[in-house]
Amino acid sequence: MSLLSSIAYRLNVDLIGKAVLRLSRRRSERALRRRGEPPGPLAPPLFCSPQLKELISRHYLRGRYANGHRPVAWVTSGGPIEHLQALGYFLIYPENHGAVCGIRRTAQELCQVAEEAGFSRDICSYARTDIGSVLSGRTPVGRLPRPDLLVCCTNICQTVLYWYQVLAYHFQVPLVLIDTPFLYRPAEPHAVSYVRQQIEEAIPVMERVARRPLSPARLERVLAESKQAVELWMQVLERGKARPSPILAFDEFIHMAPIVEMRGEPDTTAYYRVLLSELDRRVAAGVGALREERRRLIWDNLPIWYRVRPLSDYLASRGVALVASSYTNAWGELAPLMDPRQPLDSLARVYLHPILNRSTGDKLRTLSRMVQEYQASGVLLHSDRSCKPYSVGQMDQRERLGRELSVPALLLEADHNDPRSFSEEQVASRLEAFLEVVLS
Amino acid sequence: MNPREARALGIDVGSTTTKLCAVDGQGRRAWQAIEPTEPRIQEQARRMLAGALAAGVPPGLSLLATGYGRKLVPEARTALTEIGCHARGVHRELGRGGTLIDIGGQDTKVIAVGDDGKVQNFAMNDKCAAGTGRFLEVTAARLRVPLDQMAALALSAQEEVSISSTCTVFAESEIVSLIARGTEVPAIVRGLLRALVRRVGALARATGLRPPLMLSGGVARNEAVQRLLAEELGLSVTLPGEPQLMGAYGAALFALELQSQPPSGQSGMSSA
Repeated sequence: MSLLSSIAYRLNVDLIGKAVLRLSRRRSERALRRRGEPPGPLAPPLFCSPQLKELISRHYLRGRYANGHRPVAWVTSGGPIEHLQALGYFLIYPENHGAVCGIRRTAQELCQVAEEAGFSRDICSYARTDIGSVLSGRTPVGRLPRPDLLVCCTNICQTVLYWYQVLAYHFQVPLVLIDTPFLYRPAEPHAVSYVRQQIEEAIPVMERVARRPLSPARLERVLAESKQAVELWMQVLERGKARPSPILAFDEFIHMAPIVEMRGEPDTTAYYRVLLSELDRRVAAGVGALREERRRLIWDNLPIWYRVRPLSDYLASRGVALVASSYTNAWGELAPLMDPRQPLDSLARVYLHPILNRSTGDKLRTLSRMVQEYQASGVLLHSDRSCKPYSVGQMDQRERLGRELSVPALLLEADHNDPRSFSEEQVASRLEAFLEVVLS
Repeated sequence: MNPREARALGIDVGSTTTKLCAVDGQGRRAWQAIEPTEPRIQEQARRMLAGALAAGVPPGLSLLATGYGRKLVPEARTALTEIGCHARGVHRELGRGGTLIDIGGQDTKVIAVGDDGKVQNFAMNDKCAAGTGRFLEVTAARLRVPLDQMAALALSAQEEVSISSTCTVFAESEIVSLIARGTEVPAIVRGLLRALVRRVGALARATGLRPPLMLSGGVARNEAVQRLLAEELGLSVTLPGEPQLMGAYGAALFALELQSQPPSGQSGMSSA
């Protein structure tokens, strides 16, 4: 690590950046207070939103100056990161960065860069966005730090395996692979020990790249912090069970950024405490995220990042609240498996059990349970061209939700990051027809 | 049918044809017109409405629009998707619920219709035109067979070839190679209809079939499609009198219902 980089980091992030971001947050908070009740079907934005923006901006600012000051690891969204946090790594999640590119509408041009380099359009649009960003150096967040280490966990899909090999070849840095067997039942002891051994084997590599040994006490602290944040996140999501719901899945898609990429950091835990208390105040006062909540729906699969706002506005205009999603739920439902006193075993268990590594039957049960718990009268199943593991089984889900719970479900074909696979008119007409059914 | 008895109107601006239907106070069809959809939808709708007046339909009737061009009819009091309208029209015509398959120009819908005529659930074809009327239009054009002769040709076929692709573009290239091999046109046509029906059948099975099996939309008039679909799903097909008109008829029935209600009480239906 270099002294010059550390000075630049301290100056730009800890001194100037911190002050500028704090000032910008306060200005936004004042503007929010002054604005009062906005017109339209949506309630005023959450007062903690500027704080979230500050947290995310600071994260990417840190990333911008991280090289040379801190070791940097790029990690898959389902990857075990607690060791990396304990070793002082700065973490980049290419998928999260991909979502930022999707929201800022730069994903398509980045995908095209990857396609021109020979990557097929049939590959996941997150992978193409990331590879396009790496090849072109373009990103809406300023600059992404170069990785010193890549950590890839196959608990979300198999694409990551090849995607990270491309990154390892490009950056010429070590790649740690954690292979997770697919679960048709809760994990058998041999599966847990298989994943545990891989994490154990990965630690010396992580230590070597970071040039420091892993402190068990620090790991335990990070894991405790991580568990707390995940538990708070789950509570945030559960507030959606209130009628009216104080938060929409569309809000959660944005507020989930810290739980994905800043899990284990004290600032993340602190932020979710603030968010939770604001939601509690809304619930106590009977304030909903929509002024009039006529019906409640559940979302399955990744968001359509480049259409989050128009979709949110359209549903709001019809009094339809998206009260939960299986996607945001995925970062909260595993909290009970975390045990800071048994870091390796519990991490192995947690990273074996994400929804995408569980059987279709289990996915069905998760969704059915959510429909009942959140009292939803319909489900929107986003059939995501880029996420096959998430989309497989949705036809059966639709059929079973109808047959067993008498809840209609709509299959919406799209892609989470590539707008070329989105047909505005077709989605609009299907959605409109579905709302006619749900609202009748 | 007496146009002078008309009390409400429904217009169904589909991707291929535009249908206008008037109903009397009891919800019986009082007048109707069907035209190919033109690029200038607003003008066409206005002209067709003028045609209705000229035929004797009283002026100032409540109009409800449906179909993909429904938002381009400013004269309409409100708009609803064709799914609800087809269900409503067919339910009124046949008097019961069941599984309704509407094969339109660019969408195919399988609609579970309740015994009260309400839509309980529905499924639509995925993004591509496979399994829709457009598939037939494109492939018929490639074979130089007029659309209205497809059914007769298919039913007269002595044999049937297998068309493996329901993708309109790929099916076209399959046709080219079949023609090059000297395959008889009727056999190809029958293979094409079989491919379409298999696609539609899969969608219907995924939605949960509940008899009777009812058909609406332009393609429903094709006798070969009716017969092959019945074979595919193992159910006999029930047809309303004018399958192509059911969207406009349902729209007119909704318009009639709305007319008798104050604007605030739209019985749970909302304007688009």
